[in-house]
Order: sequence, then structure tokens, then C-alpha cells
Amino acid sequence: MEKTQHTHRAPVSHQPLVVEKGNLGEIGSLVEVEINGIPYKVPIGTTILEACRQNNIHIPTLCYHEDLCLAGVCRICVVEVEGMKVLPTSCTFPITNRIKVRTTSEKVRKARRHILDLLLSEHYGECYSCHRNGNCELQTLAKEYGVDFYRFGHITERRHKVDKSSYSVIRDMDKCILCKRCVRTCIDLQEVGALEATQRGDMTTISTFLDKPLADVICINCGQCINRCPTAALKANDPSDEIWAAIDDPEMHVVIQTAPSPRSGIGEEFGCEPGTSMTYKLNTALRMIGFDAVLDTNFSADLTIMEEGTELLLRLKKLLVEGDSSVKLPQFTSCSPGWIKYIEHFYPDFLDYLSSCKSPQQMFGAVIKTFYAQERNIDPNKIVTVALMPCSAKKFECNRPEMTDSGFKDVDYGLTTREMAQMIREAGLHLPELQNSAFDEPFGDTGSGLIFGATGGVMESALRTAYALVTGRPVPFENLQILPCRGFEGVREASVLLENVLPDWSFLEGVNLKFMIAHGTANAKKVMDALARGELKDIHFVEIMACPGGCIGGGGQPIPTSPEIRQKRAELIYNEAADLEINESFRNPSIKYIYEKFLTEGPCRHLSHKLLHTHYVKRGKYID
Amino acid sequence: MPILNKLVIFDENNIEDSLKKAISSEPQDVVMEIRESGLKGRGGAGFPTGTKWLLARSAHADKKFVVCNADEGEPGTFKDRILLDEYTKLVFEGMVIAGYAIGAQKGFLYLRGEYRYLFDKLTKYLEQMRKENRLGNNILGSNYSFDIEIRLGSGAYVCGEESALIESLEGHRGEARNRPPYPVNTGYLGYPTIVNNVETFAVAHIIVAKGAEWYSKYGTSKSTGTKLLSISGDCKKPGVYEVPFGTTISDILKLVEAENTKAVQVGGASGFCIPKAEFDRTVAFEDVSTGGSVIIFNETRDMLQVLENFMEFFVEESCGQCTPCRIGNVKLLEGLMKIRNNDCSLSYIHELVDLGRSMQIASKCGLGQSSPNPFISIMEHFENEIFSQR
Ligand SMILES: Cc1cc2nc3c(=O)[nH]c(=O)nc-3n(C[C@H](O)[C@H](O)[C@H](O)COP(=O)(O)O)c2cc1C
Ligand code: SF4
Ligand code: SF4
Ligand code: SF4
Ligand code: SF4
Repeated sequence: MEKTQHTHRAPVSHQPLVVEKGNLGEIGSLVEVEINGIPYKVPIGTTILEACRQNNIHIPTLCYHEDLCLAGVCRICVVEVEGMKVLPTSCTFPITNRIKVRTTSEKVRKARRHILDLLLSEHYGECYSCHRNGNCELQTLAKEYGVDFYRFGHITERRHKVDKSSYSVIRDMDKCILCKRCVRTCIDLQEVGALEATQRGDMTTISTFLDKPLADVICINCGQCINRCPTAALKANDPSDEIWAAIDDPEMHVVIQTAPSPRSGIGEEFGCEPGTSMTYKLNTALRMIGFDAVLDTNFSADLTIMEEGTELLLRLKKLLVEGDSSVKLPQFTSCSPGWIKYIEHFYPDFLDYLSSCKSPQQMFGAVIKTFYAQERNIDPNKIVTVALMPCSAKKFECNRPEMTDSGFKDVDYGLTTREMAQMIREAGLHLPELQNSAFDEPFGDTGSGLIFGATGGVMESALRTAYALVTGRPVPFENLQILPCRGFEGVREASVLLENVLPDWSFLEGVNLKFMIAHGTANAKKVMDALARGELKDIHFVEIMACPGGCIGGGGQPIPTSPEIRQKRAELIYNEAADLEINESFRNPSIKYIYEKFLTEGPCRHLSHKLLHTHYVKRGKYID
Repeated sequence: MPILNKLVIFDENNIEDSLKKAISSEPQDVVMEIRESGLKGRGGAGFPTGTKWLLARSAHADKKFVVCNADEGEPGTFKDRILLDEYTKLVFEGMVIAGYAIGAQKGFLYLRGEYRYLFDKLTKYLEQMRKENRLGNNILGSNYSFDIEIRLGSGAYVCGEESALIESLEGHRGEARNRPPYPVNTGYLGYPTIVNNVETFAVAHIIVAKGAEWYSKYGTSKSTGTKLLSISGDCKKPGVYEVPFGTTISDILKLVEAENTKAVQVGGASGFCIPKAEFDRTVAFEDVSTGGSVIIFNETRDMLQVLENFMEFFVEESCGQCTPCRIGNVKLLEGLMKIRNNDCSLSYIHELVDLGRSMQIASKCGLGQSSPNPFISIMEHFENEIFSQR
């Protein structure tokens, strides 16, 4: 399972306790702790919170999050430790010697209730007009503690303006409880640092550089902060009203494409265990809601592989055959729009390393408003394209001015898994109970696009196709499963030897194709810094996903998130993929069809360049 | 401003050469001497200094640090300023001795921003010490090296809290850290660090010179020695006084010629309000503890006003990190404004006192843990007066 990354920026006090030999006994040795009168044994250094959770003793938390370094600021998890005058926070307290803990004493209960009452007194608004109603940690606590009146009053006026500047993330600081999860997410997990607490005391606010609108700072739109916000202070920019309006308009042909990850997560919105498949039920729900066509983004993921894989081979050819040393290698994937914005802000001088391929979402948008419109004989002007994505950055991406190569806005709306679930609920449907139904033609077949959802999936798919194109044989891995691509380690590296290649690719004979995979932009930073130091000279291809875990952990996925939840979503995707008949992009019949009928010159040629490739913007860190 | 009542420490005209004495003995003996003296931290919390040094000494690390806390932000304290200004030798050499005792190579003086005017003078003093080989490499010919750097604070009260101070030294926002781990294990840049008050270092210097036994003759058994008090408010002779621990409040009032005193706030804004009926209580860690601030209120003072001033201070100075302090202080202050507007029931005030007790135990750092002290103690003693005046 993926480990929390503790970066150098986490203050020392937030970093895990280093247990010194000799000082505290052997690392890993057990220590006894008495909780509510019952003795337990835990490894030295276990926090009180962990010890309690392992033993099914519930302790409420707000600022604590499994993915993040510790803060100890909300104070709701306080417990009584015998011999201490004050109540320490259980999340930060490492057990290093025999202590006696009480989790429900009068002092503890009172303090927790007071803390909750204080938070509620400054918490603007009411639950019934709130998008986190029913899935809010503050609300849950209020219920748990039986709050039935506002002990210290309740704020009746807004103190902050809602920041709606961003295409992706909306900030309502009147709902913020200052747990700083978003701050820690942004700086520690993502190494972006768009958010920080400013001012002091009661004036403390989570803010941006110079308090600018989020759209005007270095936010990469990854939405990871949303996924970890315990309340409604952060949310994605929700286009569902516009989508409903389009559906309700009989003139409009509303097409939705669905990415792999939302299917792996959306069940959680309906009470299913993480890792419950909803793919074909979702299709039914979408049709019942009124979408005119339901298409599978796996198709355009396969298309991406064709284009991106060809691009890589062309780069290699340029270098190895033509001796063109200006060729930029390794080639970096470009399907994660959060990653794109990250590199545009933080490494603007390295944009040439990016594949010029659009993301699957945008490729599909361009194809729908051209080829699909042609095939179905529909006026592209009357087509509305919706993309169901696990991602908040896709909202920004579809609004990039350059994403209009079809002659129209290629993708009209990016919709997150959470927003889709809301539309389904509003339509009165209970997703888990629906019938299965298939995707619409002409893009109904699948290749290996499904595994795009998990970190390493793009790489695995690309290798399958590239290897097969070059050698005429499938990749030399059992069931085509390139296991080195899988897993959750932050940065992974592996290679595939190209042997007995086809004559066209003779220059690749004996080349050991080396690749790297990173997920979460903190890990991307490590890779980029290595690139900047000139250490990636022997690497050919790098996959980067902005979100920890890849798209299954995207900023539009159901809340909560945790390493375990992401693992289950990834397992589902790999299991479903294992059942597919075709597991290589180039063998997907729909892919063959589009290259025969529409992109007739083949990948990376004129028309595909026009429709399926793009360029990037040198943004830098300072934005006027 | 001189110290008005010089007793034990600040009476010595020619203070012996503690530095030489310390450096020619074993570090652990220096620590033992301080332990035996019973010296407790003079910054307010009263943690035994010898124990702190011992913990830092026994921590395994290749670097250790000494920090002198000269942030002196508690309303009503100004004794550290005088020590820095007039007893510079005691403070800086005290730091070197501490460094030697725990095995540190570097010290910081964290100087309150408002004391910037002392910066040049103190810098020159350090320069002089280096020239005299009392600082720098191979101090006094030994193989012990130690240097001191002065850092200016940025004017936040919370930066006087030791872990927030360390955060500030590291260049972060001045916010208290979680404890454990404690600075003696995980302090500046993660290395073992002792943070002590200015007065603590000065006193340690004297103890090394005169011995623990001599020192512990003064004061009480649990609070040995003397304490510098910064006395202000309604009295004829405000100023800095040295008194032995165990001195009663009424003796202090006599000393400064205070009349018609209604209450004394001991320990500054974060301290406790002592009413007339309890003036026989003593200044000592086991009774009324203080970092040095004593503020006197006579009969004419409106205790609601007094309390409002304190609470405004805390609302302003809370770092805003943790819930109990950030919002709790606002609620306490709002309660006072309600009283002022005749819009507050006694039971709501009791509710707030209860809240104050939760803040005392659930806040993350000493600021929020002590900010309810004046509220609770003034309400305890002056609730009737406050309500009957409205
Ligand atoms: C809000 C707050 C402010 C403080 N300000 C100071 C200060 O200005 N000077 C000081 O010596 N200690 C101050 N302290 C106490 C320090 O945290 C720490 O206990 C002290 O520096 C330790 O030194 P000592 O053991 O020598 O007293 C403050 C504590 C808190 C909670
Ligand atoms: S954020 Fe949570 S507690 Fe606040 S209004 Fe929304 S649902 Fe209710
Ligand atoms: S969306 Fe991502 S980059 Fe933007 S503020 Fe949130 S965590 Fe930071
Ligand atoms: S915006 Fe959300 S995550 Fe960030 S501090 Fe506020 S409540 Fe916490
Ligand atoms: S108690 Fe107050 S000053 Fe201390 S950490 Fe909490 S909010 Fe900050």
C-alpha cells in the first residue's frame, strides 16, 4: 500500500517520531498501554489513535488524515493520559512507554463537546443547503455528540466571499474549520503550495498567495484538497445544472463519455464497498437520465496509446536513425491535466519533453464533434459532449482555449464522479439495483484503456502496443500483465528489452526500453528534478499522474479517500481488465475502424495532429 | 532602569568567573550542580532546569542547540530587558555554560522585536567575548567551542512559546508544535534543543559560581532562590524587584508602596488574579506562580474592563492554529461584551468558565492553556461585583 510521503517541508514536529535504539528500546518491540482499563500491546511509537483504532476504540478526528502528516490542531481527538495535566491529542501522541489512557472520561467528553460547539458557532450555513450533507465529518460528529443547540451561538452572516474563479475548485471559507488538511495536501502530498493559513487568531484563514483568486495562482486543479476536506469548504465547480438543461433541450444530442475510474468509485456514493464494479449499471443510469449516447473513454485511451506510442517510436527513430540530438527524451505522458498544469507552472522549460497528445477526454471530444457527428449524421453544433471523469482538473482542461480543434468546444463539460452520483440520485435512481447495459457504438469495443485508471496503467498499455508494433509479438509477460508497472510506490522504474524486432524497426534491435512511473506531483517533482540534473538520460518514457494512486484517486472521486480505498479501486480495474478479451490498444476493433475510416493517414499524421495533439503554455510560478 | 531591590544575584559586585569554573569541570557535574540547586525555569512554566539540561545532554545527536528566550511578550514584564541591558555577561555566559553542559555547539538569543535597540550593543558584547576567547573556538583554551547568534523576533506573543519560537527560528510561521516530542529531543531543525528564559541563564551562572547549596538557602524548599518581578499598576514604586520565593503578596505591596489594592494579577495576562482576601499567599511555584509580571489594581479599577483588556490581548495573539484557543478566546471576550450590554445571564458566564476549563486542558500550547486563567479567576472572585455594577 502506498506510504504517506513526508517531504522536507513538513515541520519537524509533524514528521513521524524517530525511535532511537537505546533510548526507547528496540524498534518494533512491543509496549503495553492501558486504554480504559484494558491492557493492550502495541509496537513502540504507535500513536494512541492508531492503538485505539486497531482495537476498535472509536476516537473522533477532524484534522487527522491517513494520507497526511500530522497537525494536531482541531484537538477533537484529545484523550486523558494518566499523570499529564493537559489532554494530549491522540493522533500525535506516540506510545513509547507504559501509559494509561482514558478516552471517555468527563474531561475528555466535555472538551470534545466544547471544541465541537466552538466549531459550530463559527460555521456558517445549514446542512440542508450544503453539498456535503450526508457526507460531512463535522456533521457526523455533531450527530455523534448529540448536538441539539448552539451552545455558543451560531454565525448568521458570511465572513468570506466564495471564490468561484477556478474552473475546477470552489472555495467557501465560511465552511472551513481550519483543519489544514488542504494545506498539507497541497504542500506535502502535491508539492504545489497554493494554499496556506494566513493571519492569526480569529482572523486566520486558508488563503492563496496575496489572497488572489484560486484561478490566478499556481493551483494545478488536482482537487486533492477537495478529497481531503472534511466539510463543504472546498468543492468542484459543478456543471450539472447546465448538463440537465442540455438534456432537457430536445434539440440537443448530449453525449457522455465515461472514464474507467468513476466506474470503480461511484458505487461508494451509493453505499457499496470500495472496489464494487458499476460499469454497466452506470450505462443504464446515464440512459435513464437522458443522455443520448454513452461512450467509453477506453476507446480514446486506446487512441491515445496509438498516438503516444507512435510519437515515442518516432522520437526514438529521429534520435537513433537521423541522429537528431535535439529530440527530447524521455517522453512524458500528457493525459493528466493536473500534471500538465504542474509542469507548466513549475518546469516551464521542460514542456518539450511532454507528449503532444491530448488526454483521452479531449481526444474523444474532438472525435465526437467530427467523426461521430459525421457517422451519425448529426450537426456538431447540436452536440453537447460531457466527460464523466474522476478528476477536477479535467474541468479546467476542457476550457483551455486551445481545446477547440473540432471547430467547436471539444468537450463542453467535465463532470466528476461525485457530481454524477448526485445527478443519479436526483433522478431517483439507485445505481446498484439497475440492470446492466453496454456502451454505444461505434466506439463500444475495448482494448487496454481500462487500466489507465490506476497509476502505471498508461505505461503498461503503451508498452503492450509499442512492443507489439515493434516486434510483432505480445509483450513477454504472463497474460500481458506487466507487473513492474503496477503498485503504489511513488516512483517506479523498469525496462523491457526489444529483441528480434520487425525489419521496419531494426534500429530498435537490442534497445532496452526503460521507463519510469510516478504518481502525485510530489513524486513528479522528484522525477523532474532528476531530469533537470541530467539523470534521466537513459530513460525513454515516463508516466506521470498528478493524483496519488492515479485517476482512481482523482480529485473528483468519492470522499473519503485513503490508501486502502484507492487500492481497492485499482484492484477492481485490474480484475475487470483481466476479464477482457482484447488487452492491446491496437487490436481494439474500434481503433482499427477509426484509422480505416477517418484518420486514414494513421497515427501522428496530419489529421490526427490537428485533432488529437496539442501544445502547452509556459506559465511559470508568477501570474499577473 | 536599575533593579530596585537587589538581593542575592544582582547584588554581587564582582561576580566570580563561572565560565572558567564550568569549563574546567565535567559537563555532567555542571548539570548536577544545577539540578541540586533546585532551579526552576524563570519563563513561567517552572520546569526544573537541571532536568531539562540532563534530558538534552542524554539525547543522542551530533548537534545540539541552546536558545535563550528573550521574547518577553507577557504584558507587564520587563525584567529580561534589564538583564540583557545591564547584566549581559550573566546571560551570555550562562548560555555558554548551558551549551557546555548539554554538549551544544551553537546558541541563539531570540530577541523580542521591540528590543531591537539593544541589538547593536549585544552584538558588540558578543564580539568582545569572542576577542576575550569567552566565545567561539576553544573557549578559554579548552577544546570546547560554542557561538551565539542573535535573532530578532517578529512581534508575536506566541513566539515566546518555546516550540513556536523554534518554528520561528527555522523560518516558519510562529506556531506551537505538538508535544511530545519535546524540544530537548526534537528541537531546532530536529536536534535536541534547550530553550530557557533570560533570567534562568543568569541565575545558572550564579549557581555555578556559588554552588547549589548556597543558592538553595534562599526561597522555599520547592522554589529555591529568588525571583525578579516586574511590578506595575497602581503603586508608588513600580519597577523590577528581586524577592526570595515565598514572599507574600502583601509584603510585595508594601515594598512598592501600593495602597487600597483590590487585586493583584500575578503572571501577566496569562496569570491569575488574586483578590485582597488572599494577599497572604506567596509567590512560589507551589502557590502563586509567575514568570515575573505583577500588576496591581486598586479599588477604583473596573475588573470587567481589566478582564476585557486581557481577553482582547489573547484574541489578538492566538496563533489561530487550534480550535479551543482560536474560537474559545473570542467566545470569552464576547461574553464580557454581553455583560457590558446587560445581555448576559449568570448561567452563560458559568458556561464560559466551563469552556475556559476545557481550553486549559485541550489547547495545543501554553497560550490557549493559560488564556482562560484571568477569566476564570476574575469571575471566581469578582463575579458579583461585575454583575452588580451593571
Ligand atoms: C504564549 C507563551 C509565551 C511565552 N513567552 C515567553 C517569553 O516571552 N519568555 C520566556 O522566557 N518564556 C516564555 N514562555 C515560556 C516558554 O514556552 C518556555 O517555557 C520557557 O522559555 C522555558 O524557559 P525556562 O524553563 O527557563 O522558564 C511563553 C510561553 C507561552 C505559552
Ligand atoms: S459542511 Fe457539513 S456541517 Fe457544514 S453545513 Fe455542510 S454538511 Fe453541514
Ligand atoms: S486543487 Fe491541488 S493544487 Fe489546487 S489547491 Fe487543491 S491541492 Fe493545491
Ligand atoms: S478548506 Fe477544508 S481542508 Fe482546508 S482547512 Fe478548511 S476545512 Fe480543512
Ligand atoms: S493554544 Fe492558541 S496560540 Fe497555542 S497553538 Fe493553539 S491557537 Fe495557537
